[in-house]
Amino acid sequence: MSQLPKKHRSDTKMVPVPSHSIVPERDVNEIPVLETRHLGIEFGGLKAVDDFNLTIGKTEIAGLIGPNGAGKTTVFNMLTKVYEPTTGAVLINGKDLHGMSIVQASKLGIARTFQNIRLFDKMTVEENVRIGLHNQIKYDMFSGIFRLPRYWKQERKQHEKAMELLDIFGMQDLADEEAGSLPYGAQRRLEIVRALATDPKLLLLDEPAAGMNPKETEELMENIAKIRDQFQIAILLIEHDMSLVMGVCEGICVLNFGKVIAKGTADEIQANPVVIEAYLGKKKEG
Amino acid sequence: MTKAKRKRLIYNLITFALVIAAFIILQSMIANKMISRSLKGQLVPICAWIVMAVSLNLVIGFSGELSLGHAGFMSVGAYTGAIISGWLLQVYEVQDTTLRLVLAMVAGGLIAGIAGVLIGIPVLRLRGDYLAIVTLAFGEIIRSLVNVLYVGVADGKLHFSFLNKNMPAGVSMLVDGAKGAVKIKPVATFTAGFVLILITLVVVLNLVNSRAGRAIQATRDNRIAAESMGVPVTKYKMMAFVTAAVLAGMAGALYGLNSSTVIPTQFTFNQSINVLVFVVLGGLGNVLGSVVSATLLTVLPEVLRAFADYRMLVYAIVLILVMVFTNNPTIRAFADRLFAPVKAIFRRSKKKTAGGDAQ
Repeated sequence: MSQLPKKHRSDTKMVPVPSHSIVPERDVNEIPVLETRHLGIEFGGLKAVDDFNLTIGKTEIAGLIGPNGAGKTTVFNMLTKVYEPTTGAVLINGKDLHGMSIVQASKLGIARTFQNIRLFDKMTVEENVRIGLHNQIKYDMFSGIFRLPRYWKQERKQHEKAMELLDIFGMQDLADEEAGSLPYGAQRRLEIVRALATDPKLLLLDEPAAGMNPKETEELMENIAKIRDQFQIAILLIEHDMSLVMGVCEGICVLNFGKVIAKGTADEIQANPVVIEAYLGKKKEG
Repeated sequence: MTKAKRKRLIYNLITFALVIAAFIILQSMIANKMISRSLKGQLVPICAWIVMAVSLNLVIGFSGELSLGHAGFMSVGAYTGAIISGWLLQVYEVQDTTLRLVLAMVAGGLIAGIAGVLIGIPVLRLRGDYLAIVTLAFGEIIRSLVNVLYVGVADGKLHFSFLNKNMPAGVSMLVDGAKGAVKIKPVATFTAGFVLILITLVVVLNLVNSRAGRAIQATRDNRIAAESMGVPVTKYKMMAFVTAAVLAGMAGALYGLNSSTVIPTQFTFNQSINVLVFVVLGGLGNVLGSVVSATLLTVLPEVLRAFADYRMLVYAIVLILVMVFTNNPTIRAFADRLFAPVKAIFRRSKKKTAGGDAQ
């Protein structure tokens, strides 16, 4: 198990694309799932994120790292339209998100988890996943109230799909538990399942390993790779646990004070003096 | 069937069973003249208040928005019901009281629903305290409007006006400004109230256990997360708000057609607060609780009539005690310990019956 990170460290060949980014070689001929151009946001004159450019390939696992307060979650909030960017553009599968609502962005295929867990606490685990299926398996309000045949059919479909998704993390047994009463690690996993239920093209994970022990983190790492392989989607994750980032991410982008300071593979990032300086500070002269 | 589903099904069945049992018992008591006159007069209002409480619970308990104008929708329903019933009687000479009542209730629900949409559009863009304040204001606006509303029948036509002098000569007034809806022929029956309660329970319980209802609850638990999952929050808040308004309108029509007059001051802010008390006391999101608390708190002031001067004091004390006993964790833990032996007996007997079933 000890060499697990090594096993997962992708030997993917990363190739440069015109937008000053790198994507896996296998995705180079596909439309990138995410492309941001000169993305920036100001809060009262303060530039929280400035000139953020990132391209993610169709099936890439990418990492977004940086010291605390670097603007990583702000980037996520712009990608999901929680914040409206002040400058620049976000393209999902080549479609501009400009002027879209959070709901419309979700329908385009972008799903996320939250740094501070945001589950539907008073609903059961299964119901949480069913909310993720809201736009996948539908029926109208009247079928629901009058229990028309469509209700029973679609409810069964929702149940089966929710169970199938919960099975990714072996959480079927917890289906009837109240989401708010789950242990911390399980809540984080449930957030991922719920996001997957929306059938995303791009999954954003905001510190998925926060609060997990090393064993749980290792399992999570395996599962992230498994999810990508099974669903053939792109994943962008924010994480402070470097063993996870270096172990699973193919391309890594480093943010500091709202600006991208480095991009590259795990090896390149680890050897980059600018990144080391951002994390550890500058060596004193003399 | 999963555990959670079975639990929910049992809860729903108990709710329906209790309501139906109460109806059958009361009906047989009425048939045997075992019921006091004052309680008999309370039956239809109790039904109306139960519907009010359950529908407000949909807004507060399930969609998580504090609405303080629910009595406004009730007054819309009451006035619409009185006008429709009077109009049907005077213009079309509909003598069938059941038909008049049903049409009046449907119309009351419809108009209150339209009012719900109109009010919901601006209000549901607000959040929390702001929403509460604005719904309160809308409740008062509705009351002020009906206070100057004049409706009459002349030459087989309905005439509406906000000025008394605009009414044609020889008009037969249905709504007379501050005097309210007058000369109503009371057509509401306990059976109609019971049916309305059943309809309300079916609509609310089925709605909350469906895709739309889950979306409504998700917007309550976490707005941003719900939106990120692709749930259009405003749409579902609107769905809960308008459904509640329709039910309140129907309850209002039932309530209005139970007496000979309806006056605007019957539907003040105080009444909205009263319904809110039913909901909070019964438990947010607890439909059965709303039914029970609406019943008890409507009957209680009547029962306490003997104490005359002190009855509101007793009412308030009962309210405070119940709130403390149901919501204080220490007292709840104490009560749980107190009832633990009783519960153990129940559990044992349950096991026995379960074993019996298996054989």
